[in-house]
Order: sequence, then structure tokens, then C-alpha cells
Amino acid sequence: MSLVTALIVLGILALIFGLILGFAAIRFKVEADPIVEQIDAILPQTQCGQCGYPGCRPYAQAIANGDAINKCPPGGQATIEKLADLMGVEAIPLDDAHGKEDVKKVAVIREDECIGCTKCIQACPVDAILGAAKQMHTVIAHECTGCDLCVEPCPVDCIDMVPLPVRPDNWRWDLKQIPIEVRE
Amino acid sequence: MSIPITFIEQGQIWSFPGGIHPPERKQLSNTTPISTLPLASEFYVPLRQHSGEPGELLVSVGDPVLKGQALSAPGLNNALPVHAPTSGTIIAIEPRTIAHPSGLPDTVVVIATDGRDQAVQPQPLPLGSDRVKLIDALRQAGIAGLGGAGFPTAQKLALQRPLEYLIINGVECEPYISADDRLMREYASEILRGTEILLHISGAPKALIALEDNKPDAIDAFKRVLPKYPAMSLRVVPTKYPSGGEKQLIQLLTGRQVPSRGLPIDIGLLMHNVGTAYAVQQAIDEGLPLTQRVVTVTGENVSKPGNYWVPLGTPVAHVLEHAGFTPEKAQKVIMGGPMMGFTLGSLQVPVVKITNCLLVPSSQELAPPRDEMPCIRCGACADVCPAQLLPQQLQWLAKANDYDGLNQQNLFDCIECGACAYVCPSEIPLVHYYRKAKAEIRDIAREKAKSEVARERFEARQQRLEREKEERLERHRQAAEARQQAQQQAVAEGAPNPNDAVQAAIARAKARKAAQAAAAQATEQAAEPKDDNA
Repeated sequence: MSLVTALIVLGILALIFGLILGFAAIRFKVEADPIVEQIDAILPQTQCGQCGYPGCRPYAQAIANGDAINKCPPGGQATIEKLADLMGVEAIPLDDAHGKEDVKKVAVIREDECIGCTKCIQACPVDAILGAAKQMHTVIAHECTGCDLCVEPCPVDCIDMVPLPVRPDNWRWDLKQIPIEVRE
Repeated sequence: MSIPITFIEQGQIWSFPGGIHPPERKQLSNTTPISTLPLASEFYVPLRQHSGEPGELLVSVGDPVLKGQALSAPGLNNALPVHAPTSGTIIAIEPRTIAHPSGLPDTVVVIATDGRDQAVQPQPLPLGSDRVKLIDALRQAGIAGLGGAGFPTAQKLALQRPLEYLIINGVECEPYISADDRLMREYASEILRGTEILLHISGAPKALIALEDNKPDAIDAFKRVLPKYPAMSLRVVPTKYPSGGEKQLIQLLTGRQVPSRGLPIDIGLLMHNVGTAYAVQQAIDEGLPLTQRVVTVTGENVSKPGNYWVPLGTPVAHVLEHAGFTPEKAQKVIMGGPMMGFTLGSLQVPVVKITNCLLVPSSQELAPPRDEMPCIRCGACADVCPAQLLPQQLQWLAKANDYDGLNQQNLFDCIECGACAYVCPSEIPLVHYYRKAKAEIRDIAREKAKSEVARERFEARQQRLEREKEERLERHRQAAEARQQAQQQAVAEGAPNPNDAVQAAIARAKARKAAQAAAAQATEQAAEPKDDNA
């Protein structure tokens, strides 16, 4: 008899917990896969496609599905380390097949050579190029992620990737040492 | 807010942890009155002389300018204007080396002096004017904090929060520098009048004027004028470096601590430098924009050390020449004091709003930095840190590029006073490591913000492409439908049905294929008997 009671009690408990869990699953539903969001937040958002995926988010999705974490040259070693930390895997060196880590660059159009073909505008993943058909194009420098994707389509090769200039406000204190001593 | 205001009223002085007592060396420069210099032949006025964005350029090459004329207009993001320091002609607007530790170029307006020093008509404001109007006047006058950080004064005043005290900082704790000392001795009444204006604008009920006890003449000067201003009182703090740091002085005068990453206004306080108070008085009462400041020129390698009124934009070389500069081999010229200043790469850089001192030391008085030796973990740095940080720990973390660790150890509470590096027996340039790490962390934050924008733009573009594709498909579908409808209508009205034509064509094609197949079969059958024969 006690066996039946125990079964009934456990059955009722299972039912109650099942209801609670079922309710929670609907009420507190998380829309997207949070791990993809987290990976995407670490990736540099250059949208360059050097990883082989059409943008940072697709690569984040791929990493979540088990792809290697060392395919992002713009992010470099720092990004790999953060991803390793997040995914709980070993940090590995950057895969050279996808490119080398480089200084931050920005695209610049040599404006007098531009023929206004709009090909670079279509290639830009972040809409950072301004222009219209048969009109001169120009790059909105502070929106440019330096992804390189506009260089290839240009029929007259008038786009240069130039390193970001060092200005007093983004200088990293690496030229001289400051004097710090007073002597009698 | 735990310290009762009555103790502050009684004039109690608290203390702050750490600090050092380096040789003061102020007598070199503080014995003579502030003098003026002959005008330089060329002035280099950088557009950015404060912390914030540069203003919008108002002039172009070839324009004549008058003394006090605005060269740029205040724009967005804390931008402050700069003004012509004398009359002349603009001969260039180009990147030139500016007064910055990096020695990197920035946009500079070059003015060739005409020697007449003609000024624009000053426009004083009565103190009774609207608060907003007064703040705007300070912004238009280009006033930035003259104590060293160069934060726009108008922006500091624009925050409307309940205030208990306005603190006027005349502590000037760094060795060698005596610019504020001389200014206080000679312009005490102007400074207090400026303080009155600042009180009026900020809405603070009371002001504390703070000085170190090594400036007895300045204290006397204030004591003579103070009875006129009942809302202000004098506070004399013991000489110790860095008592003049904003957070340290607040701790000395009120016993309160500014919260980490917070502002003095969070605890009901506002601080301005004495030089700023003087500039405010000049801007409101006299209508004069900020075009000059007091600069201490000192060190053993100038024969006439002292304080000078230097028009902003004057090349350092010109100032030194008139102070009797006798350079030695590998002469170092430091802008700012020996603790927080930086070595200039070129003497053609201009004096700017935040330049309080030009130090020309001989190699005996300021030894060149020696090689860094390994840390022996003596802990002397932690004893002197006025912010109660762990300099040694910060150093390890900075060398390891552990930015999360640095944030945990509150690197950004470091005021870069250099006390830790001063006492370090291993000659480790600690502050240098902190500055580097701070720049790196700021850079990472900037990149992060930028990548956030890039993500938004990328997603917006993806959405737009998706939408355009759908719209295109929809258009095609509608066009096809319209075509079909038009056709059906035409058929109904008696036109030949194109479908019939298609059907007919298909039937013709079928018939032709059938005919071809039949013909092929016929030839095959005709060929078969021959094969049998073979």
C-alpha cells in the first residue's frame, strides 16, 4: 500500500514540476541563441568575410556549431583568446590560411580617378561608401571597418587601404619615457 | 556625506594617504613679479588646447586678425574656441607639432605678428545677467581649466546639481612651479571677484580658497581682500605632494572621498583653479577672452627664471630666449613640472592653455632616467600612493596586458602624480606603464563602440537588401499578374488567345517529332534485311 502511495505522490510531484517547467519554457523563452550573441559581441564586426563566412554573425553561428576559433585575422590573437575563454577551449594561433593580423586600416578612394561605377558601394558591408552612378564616390572614414572588400571590385584600382593615422588623442604612449625624478 | 558640515565650517583639515615631500625649488622663480615678454614674430595657435574636440575653424589663410578675435567657434562635444593672441595676418593653417608628449602634429593656425597688438572691442557682461548667458560667455571666451587638465569650464558649470562648496585650488603642490603663487600674490582681488562670479553661476553657497602653507605671501594677499567676501574662507593645507590633486584636496578640506570614476559634483563639490578664477573674472568683467596665461620659466639653465605673462601660441623657443636660456649638451626642456610634465621634442611647440611651467633643468638637478631594474617588491610605492592603489600590482598587470585585472585594481583612479615612480628604488617608470595601459584600454573601448556601430550598420544593410529583394520579387509577381489579366481581357474581347498559339506551336512540334520518329523507324526497317544478309 505504501508503495502505491509513494508512486502517487511522486507522480503528482512530477506533474507539478512538469507544469512549472512547461510554464517557464513558454513564459521565459529566450528568442535567440545567447552563445551566438556573445560570440558576435567578441568578433570585431569588420564584416570582411576572411573567415569564409559572409560576415561576423554567420561566423559566430559557425563557432557556436563547433567551427575553429582562429579564423579571424582582424580580431587577431586578442579575439582568439577571448573566444577561447568564452567557449572553454584552448587558445590556438591564428590560422594563416585566412590572412595575417595587420594594423587597422581605412579605405580611401583616389577621387579624381573614380569613374562612378558604384561597384564598391555594392561591396561595402556597412554602407560606408557614398556616391551615385557616374558621380564621384567617397568613403565615410569613421564608418569604414577596413574590410578590404571594396578594393577588389574597383575596375580602375582607385581604392587604397591606408593605415589609420596616429593622432595625439589615440597615441599609445610608446615613444618616449617621461622624466620622473627630482634631485637636489 | 558622512562628514558633518560643521567640521568643515570650523576649518578642520583632514589628511589623505601617502604623498611625498620632494625638494620644492620654488624660490628659483617665485621672488620676482610676473613680467611680460616682447611679442614673438610668429604665433602658433593649435585648435585643440583643452580636453575635448577642437572647435570649428572660422578663418582662412591670408585673413587679418585682431587680438582676441575668435579663430574657431565652439562646436559639438565640449569644443572650445581659440583666439588670436595678438593682431596680425594668418599665414598658414596646417598640421604642426603641438605641445603634447607624443610630439605629433595637429592643426595649428600660424599668425604673423604685425606688432601693433590691436585688440577687438571687449564686451563685458554685468554679473546680474542670465546664468545661461554667463556660461555661454565663458565658453565663447575659450576658458578651460588652467590647473592642468584643461576641462572646459563652461561645461563643468553647466551641470546643475546641488552644491555645498566651491573650492578654489591654489595649492600648486608640484616642485618648481610658482605661476599660481605669483598670480595669487598680485591678483588676489581679481581671483576673489572671479570666485564670486563662479559662486553666482554654480549656485554654490560658499567657497573655500585652498593654499599650501609654503605660500605665506599669497595667504597674506588673500587675507587683505577676504573680508569683502563673507561667503568665502581661506584654508591652508600642509605642504605635501600631491595635495593639489582634485581628489586629494577634497579629502584634505572636507574629509570626503570622491567615488571611484565619479566627479566631485557627486558629493556636492566643485573645484576650479585660481588661474581659472582669474580668467573668469577677465572674461566677464573685462570681456577679454583667454589669450594669455602665467607661465613659470625655471631651472638652472635659464639665467632669468621667473613668471611671465605669455600669449597663448608663443613658441617655447621665444619664451626661453627672453628668459636667458643657456642650453647644455643634450638639454631637456620639460613642459609642466618635474613630476607630471613631459619632455618637449621640439622648441617650436607653442605655449597653450594648460602650460603652467617650462622647466629647463641642468643635468645635475634632474638626472636623466636610468635603466629600469627589476622590482624588488619593497612596497614603497604602495605607501606613497595618494589614491590607495597598489602600484606594484598595477605594474605587473600592465606589463602582462591584463586589462580586466587593471580595471579590477581601479587603474583609472590613478591620477598619474608620479609619487610611486619617485620613490621606486629600481627606477621603474611606473606612471609610464599606467599611461600606456590606460591608452590601450581607452583604445579597446573605442574599438568596441566602433564595432557596435559597424554591427548595426551591417544588420541594417542586410535588412535593406532583404527588403529590396522581396520588393523586387513582389514587383515581378504583380507585373506577371497584370500581364495575365490584360491577356485574359484581350481574349475575352475577341483577340486571338496567345495560349492557343502556344498550344498550336506545341502541337506542331509534337507532330514534327512524331514524323521524324516515324521516318527514322522506316529507314531502320529498310536497313535490317541487309544486316541479315551479312
